[in-house]
Amino acid sequence: MAVEATTGAELVLTRRSFRSFMSDVFGPLLQVFLFVIGSAVVLGGIVILLAVALRGARTDIDLLQGTITILPQVIIDGMVRGFLYATIALGYTMVYGVLEFINFAHGEIFMVGAFTGAFFSAALAASGMLTTLNPVLFVIAAVLLGMAVSGLLAMSVERVAYRPLRGAPRLVPLISAIGVSLVLQDVMRMIAVNTGLGFNAQFRTPDLGQPLVLAQMPISDERTIPVSIDSRSLIFIVVAILMLIGLNYLVNITKLGKAIRAVAQDRPTASLMGIDVNRVIALTFLIGGALGGAAGILFGMRVGTINPYVGFLPGLKAFTAAVLGGIGNITGAMVGGIVLGFLEAFVASYLSLFTRGQFSGASYADIVAFSILILILVFRPSGLLGEVVTQKV
Amino acid sequence: MAADNRQVDQPPSFWALLRTTAGRGPAPYVLILAYAAIVSALLLFNPTTGLGTDMVVVLFLLLMFVIYRAPTMLAFKLTLGTILLAVVMPVFGVLNPFYIDVVTKAGMFAALALGLNVVVGFAGLLDLGYVAFFAVGAYLWGIFSTPQISNIVPGMEPLHGSWFWLFLAIGLAVGAFFGVLLGLPVLRLRGDYLAIVTLGLGEVIRVLATNLDRPINITNGAQGIKDIGRPPLFVEPVFQALGINISRVQEYQLYFYFLVLLVLALTVFVVHRLNNSRIGRAWTAIREDETAAIAMGIPLVRMKLLAFAVGASFAGTMGVIFSALQTFINPPTFDLLRSIGILSMVILGGMGSIPGTMLGAVIVTLLDLQLLPRIASELAALQRRGVPIPSWFDPAQYQRLLFGLLLIIMMIFRPEGLLPEDRRRQELHHDEPEPAPEPKTAAQVSESAQSAEG
Repeated sequence: MAVEATTGAELVLTRRSFRSFMSDVFGPLLQVFLFVIGSAVVLGGIVILLAVALRGARTDIDLLQGTITILPQVIIDGMVRGFLYATIALGYTMVYGVLEFINFAHGEIFMVGAFTGAFFSAALAASGMLTTLNPVLFVIAAVLLGMAVSGLLAMSVERVAYRPLRGAPRLVPLISAIGVSLVLQDVMRMIAVNTGLGFNAQFRTPDLGQPLVLAQMPISDERTIPVSIDSRSLIFIVVAILMLIGLNYLVNITKLGKAIRAVAQDRPTASLMGIDVNRVIALTFLIGGALGGAAGILFGMRVGTINPYVGFLPGLKAFTAAVLGGIGNITGAMVGGIVLGFLEAFVASYLSLFTRGQFSGASYADIVAFSILILILVFRPSGLLGEVVTQKV
Repeated sequence: MAADNRQVDQPPSFWALLRTTAGRGPAPYVLILAYAAIVSALLLFNPTTGLGTDMVVVLFLLLMFVIYRAPTMLAFKLTLGTILLAVVMPVFGVLNPFYIDVVTKAGMFAALALGLNVVVGFAGLLDLGYVAFFAVGAYLWGIFSTPQISNIVPGMEPLHGSWFWLFLAIGLAVGAFFGVLLGLPVLRLRGDYLAIVTLGLGEVIRVLATNLDRPINITNGAQGIKDIGRPPLFVEPVFQALGINISRVQEYQLYFYFLVLLVLALTVFVVHRLNNSRIGRAWTAIREDETAAIAMGIPLVRMKLLAFAVGASFAGTMGVIFSALQTFINPPTFDLLRSIGILSMVILGGMGSIPGTMLGAVIVTLLDLQLLPRIASELAALQRRGVPIPSWFDPAQYQRLLFGLLLIIMMIFRPEGLLPEDRRRQELHHDEPEPAPEPKTAAQVSESAQSAEG
């Protein structure tokens, strides 16, 4: 969180200027957009080069044309994955910032968020309001509900399972967090199975509209295929961006944000300055959990069917994203999420194409994510945006 | 025990009194022999499957623990333990095959947990992907003893069962090799990063096992490998000569029971010797304080790699045994839950403590394989008789809940485990008044110095 700490360090107590306000709130977002464009251009370039290089190897279809045809779809997919990982990674990174502790149960907080949405939609469907409800209203209500439930859950988990262990050796709270993760999975399964929602819960939504056609791609002389963005993906991206703006405002402008940054920088000193450290830590869990919950709702809405173990892999990958961006660094988590999402989307789509379906891209995408985690930790443990920190003795 | 109840009105001295009366002279010998005789008789004369026999089996395993802690001669402990494990248990196993299966599994998990204990307990490296090495061993024997091998090496026939013995050693070597291979890139990482990376590696092995059926069918993908070879029964003629007629299934059960018992004994011996060696002291030093350990001249990466390799090699061998025992393996057998199950055995018993880890393994296996299904069936029986128990509640389905609660509760209330190692207890309760006169830091310094000199 070192980057934020420097921007907030000025001692000007008067009203901040409009310009510094804009740069604090939208600056990190600008960086995220640069990475979105950069990832798209770099990875797109790589696959096109690969396609040109491998063109002769495949005679049955035109590899280059195939590559270019699916490219816009892959970029959109990458953005959705990227924002998913970014929103979850924020929860990891904020908690790591204040406590230097990996909240292993964060993936399950995300899963609980998704289930909250499924319960909400099931309740609406039961009362017959689901089809008549305004879709915008539905999305807003579901996201707010998921944020509230997940945020409060994260806060209570901290109170019950982590706070008693503060000051214990590092592995002790981590093991406790693994326990919390398992308990949440099974408790949610128990609830879901016994309330009629079922193990594979349906996430029903009102009609969210047709896919938005962005352009027509020519594939041969006359025929074109539409480049479209699914309405649910669009909702995902828009809500995620709004949340990131909100978070930047909260962390960089408000007094609470200043307190969080102070606790992250130096907990004992922050406590001497009159900051209630326990309260700040609890609120950090609340904010991180709320972001995870909102991501869960959006994820559930997009995939349609969820189960209690759905949080594990996104959680692990979001942690990878947080490490990739430099753990503890809020902008880094967003950037890391975007980069990881793009990499995964490209591997998932192009590995099968380039190897004639010999390797299933979707399953090897997971391996790519973990390989990135290992490579980053070995060669640049501080991440893309992190600062090099020497370990204190 | 009834005689001691009179002493309850003086609570502080109760245990002390029990120790002095039951722990001196011939008293412990008599008490333990009586206990052993009663439990063995109960097992051998009532070999039905039911809640009562469950309890007796638990008491039988508890007896092992009592023998271990008893203030008696070592020769007496060893003799009694050998008789109980090598005679009473197999005979009971012939009478009731269900329990010997559970006990064999418990022994197998105890050996696995001891291997993980080397990594987590001795060297302090939290490894969440331990089951990966187990999977490597299991797939090694699974592939070489089935027609799967002819997909990889064209023209090669599946190996005969007698190769199994050699593969125990090969499993050890391959496990160690994978331990070093996976350990090399990650061992520079700090504790919590290491945990997540090993978890990722464990998942990678599982994903590979699921997907390596294309382009060459190596692992047979999600269907798994079936009809895995078993070692030939060299004891069969002996049994026939003795006039014992038992079925092949039972012979194999006894065979694997003794095999696991033997491997477990070897594992305990090796782990114990390692812990008390120069290497073990180096591991302790690394666990307590890495920076100080480097300053004392301990080769950090080499020692960590060694811990990883030792733990992984045990898992590799147990994997070979597991695949021969089950004759069927598939990728979900080696999921994260199993890694965490083994970890919870180590944590429940006490990280770094050998008897503790074995106790933890036995408790968790019994809970998982015996108690939860038993409670479930008893609940179902009650339900049929009209007791209002919701039909959805099936305890056998909630392993995650059990492991999770176990981990949280242990971490909050007793992070050092049920049978803690002394040094770790001091570390985790350093703010409380210590019974030991020597302060923690001094102990650490002398420990590091020792390993540097020795």
